[in-house]
Amino acid sequence: MAKVTPAERAEAAPAEAAPSLLRRALALSTLGPLIALLIAVAFFTARSDRFLTGGNLSLVVQQVMVVGTLAIGQTLVILTAGIDLSNGAVMALGNVVIAKLAVDSGMNPLLAIAVGLLVCAAFGAFNGSLVTGLRLPPFIVTLGTLNIAFALTHIYSNDQTISNLPSALTFFGNTFTVGGTDITYGTVLMLVLYVVAWYVLRQTAAGRHVYAVGNNPEAARLTGIQTRRLLLGVYTTAGLIYGIAALLLIARTSVGDPQAGATDNLDSITAVVLGGTSLFGGRGSVIGTLLGALIVGIVRNGLQLLGVRSIYQVLITGILVILAVAVDQLARRRQAK
Amino acid sequence: MWIGALVALALLAAACAGRSSSGGSSGEQVQVGLITKTETNPFFVKMKEGATKEAQAKGAKLLTAAGKFDGDNASQVTAIENMVAAGVKGILITPSDTKAIVPAVTKARDKGVVVIALDTPTDPQSAVDALFATNNYNAGLLIGKYAKAAMDSKPAKIATLDLAPGITVGILRHNGFLTGYGAANVDQNATQLATSPQVVCSQDTQGDQAKGQTAMENCLQKSPDINLVYTINEPAALGAYNALKAAGKEKSVMIVSVDGGCTGVQAIVDGKIAATSQQYPLKMATVGVDAVVDFAKTGKKATGYTDTGVTLITDKAQPGVPSKDTKFGLANCWG
Repeated sequence: MAKVTPAERAEAAPAEAAPSLLRRALALSTLGPLIALLIAVAFFTARSDRFLTGGNLSLVVQQVMVVGTLAIGQTLVILTAGIDLSNGAVMALGNVVIAKLAVDSGMNPLLAIAVGLLVCAAFGAFNGSLVTGLRLPPFIVTLGTLNIAFALTHIYSNDQTISNLPSALTFFGNTFTVGGTDITYGTVLMLVLYVVAWYVLRQTAAGRHVYAVGNNPEAARLTGIQTRRLLLGVYTTAGLIYGIAALLLIARTSVGDPQAGATDNLDSITAVVLGGTSLFGGRGSVIGTLLGALIVGIVRNGLQLLGVRSIYQVLITGILVILAVAVDQLARRRQAK
Repeated sequence: MWIGALVALALLAAACAGRSSSGGSSGEQVQVGLITKTETNPFFVKMKEGATKEAQAKGAKLLTAAGKFDGDNASQVTAIENMVAAGVKGILITPSDTKAIVPAVTKARDKGVVVIALDTPTDPQSAVDALFATNNYNAGLLIGKYAKAAMDSKPAKIATLDLAPGITVGILRHNGFLTGYGAANVDQNATQLATSPQVVCSQDTQGDQAKGQTAMENCLQKSPDINLVYTINEPAALGAYNALKAAGKEKSVMIVSVDGGCTGVQAIVDGKIAATSQQYPLKMATVGVDAVVDFAKTGKKATGYTDTGVTLITDKAQPGVPSKDTKFGLANCWG
C-alpha cells in the first residue's frame, strides 16, 4: 500500500506520460478504498440475505447522494491543498432559498432552482476571492462563511421547515425502474457529476493544473499557471456543486429544511479522506471520493440490517479515517525519500 | 492491504458487540425499530432501555438508530429506510424535525410498516399511525401554575431558557408555562414562542447545561432583578442555577423545569430547582413496542394519541396545584 508505484507518481506529476484510462481510474490511491468497499460488501452479503439486493444497493446510493455530491466539491478544494468547512451550510442555504422562493414567493420552480444554484456559486466565489485575494487560509475563510451561511439560512427561513413543494423541485427524487429495481434520477445525476469531474480532472489542462497548484503553488505559478484564477474557479465550481447538492437534498427529503447539513462538511471530508485523497493537496482522485462515500453508506446500511446500534457505524468510520490518513502519510514519506 | 484486513476486523467487532445486545436470529422474530433524536441524551437512553426490555419480554428483536444531533433529519430518514429494508413490522420514532420527517414516514407506511411517534408529534400529527407522548403543553402548564402559586402575587420578572428555534417541544412547554402562569394566553396550536411583558429575557440553550449557564449569565446582565426562571429541561436548569449561585442570587430566584430526570429530581431534593414536570420515556417505549408486536400478531394498528402522563414533582407543594414529592419522583425518574 505504502509503496509508490509509477501510477501514483504519475498522479503527483501531471506532466508524466499517462497509462491507460482504466489503469488511471484504478490508480493506487483508489485501490485501498475499493478493497475496503468490497470487503464490506462481502461481509454484509454473508451476514444478511437482505443486503445484496438491487433495491437495497439502490437505497444506499440514494442515501449517500447528498454527501456524495458535496464531496465532489470538497475533493476539488482539497486537491488544491484547501479545505471547505462551509459546504453543508451553503447547501442548507441553497435548499431553503429554492424551497422558500418556490413555495412562499410563488416563483417559477425552475427559476427558484436557478437562484438557489446562483446563491451557492456566489458563496463559493466569495470563499475563493477571500482565499486568493486576501490570501486568508481556507480553513478560517470557510469557518467564517459556514457561520454566515448558517445564520442567513435561519434568518431567511425564520427557522420554519418549508413543505408542500411543487413537484418540479422534487423531480430528482422520482424513480425509474431497471430490472425491477427502483433508481432515483438524483443518484444518476450524482454519478454523472462524478464522471464529469473525473474527466475534467484527468483529461483537461485545467484539471491537471488543479493538481499542480495543490502540489506546489509556487512552482505552478512559475510554469505560467494563473493560480489565483484557477483557485477562484475551483471554489466557485465547488459552490455550484453544493447548489446541486441542495437540489438533491430537496429531492430526497421533499422539504426545505433549515436544520439540514450541519455535519455534512465533516462527512464530506470523511468521504474524501477515505477515498485516499491527500489533505495536503495535489494527490487523489474523485473516484476515490465516491468509493469513500459509498463505504460510509454501506457500513451504515449493513450494520442496520444486522441490528447493530448506529453508534458502531460512527466508530468504524473514525477508525477508517485514521487508517486512510496514515496510509497517505506513509505514502508521502516514501515519496519524499 | 492491511487497511482491508482492519476493516474486516472492525466490522466483526461491531457485529459481535451488536449481537450480544440484540441476540438471537432474525428468522421469524418480529423486528421493531426505534429511532431517537440522539444516542446520548439520558431521556433517549431510558427510552431505549425500556424498548429493549419490552422487546426481550415479547420475544421481538429491536433495531435502534439515532441522529447525530438534535434536529438531524437526514440521519433519521436514512434510518427509517434502512429499517424498512431490514424488514421491521413497525418503527417507533422521536422525530427531530417534525415536518421534514413526514415524507419518509409516509413512504414507510405505504410499505405496510406501522409508524408510531414517541415523545414528539409529527406535523401534521396524522402523518404517523399513533402518538405516545407527554403532553408538553400540559407539562409547561403545570409548572406555570405552580410558579404562580409559589410566587404568591409577588410581581414576576421571568427569564425563559428555551430549547432551539422552531422546535415544537420547546414552543409547547414555553407557551404552556406562560399560560399556566397567567403571563400570556396561548393555545396548544401556536407555532411561535409567546411573549409577555413579564418575560424580561428569553434565550435558547439547546437543553444543554453549559449553554444554560451562559444564557442565564447573559440574562442577569440584562435584568439583574429576575426572580423566576423557566427552563426547557433540567440540564438547562442546573446551568441557570450555577449562574445564579455565582451571582449570589440562588436563594431569591425560583427555577422551574420540565423532564423529571434523576439528576433533576435530585436537584429538587437539594433545593436547586423548585419544581419539575416529570415525564415517562420508559412508558412511551414500552407501550410502543407492545403496539408493534400486537400489530405483527393481530394486524391491528395502534391509532390516535395516548398521553403517557406528567406529574408535578416538588417538595414544597402549593395548595390547588396537585403534585407528588421527590420520593415519588426518584422512584420514577430516568437517566
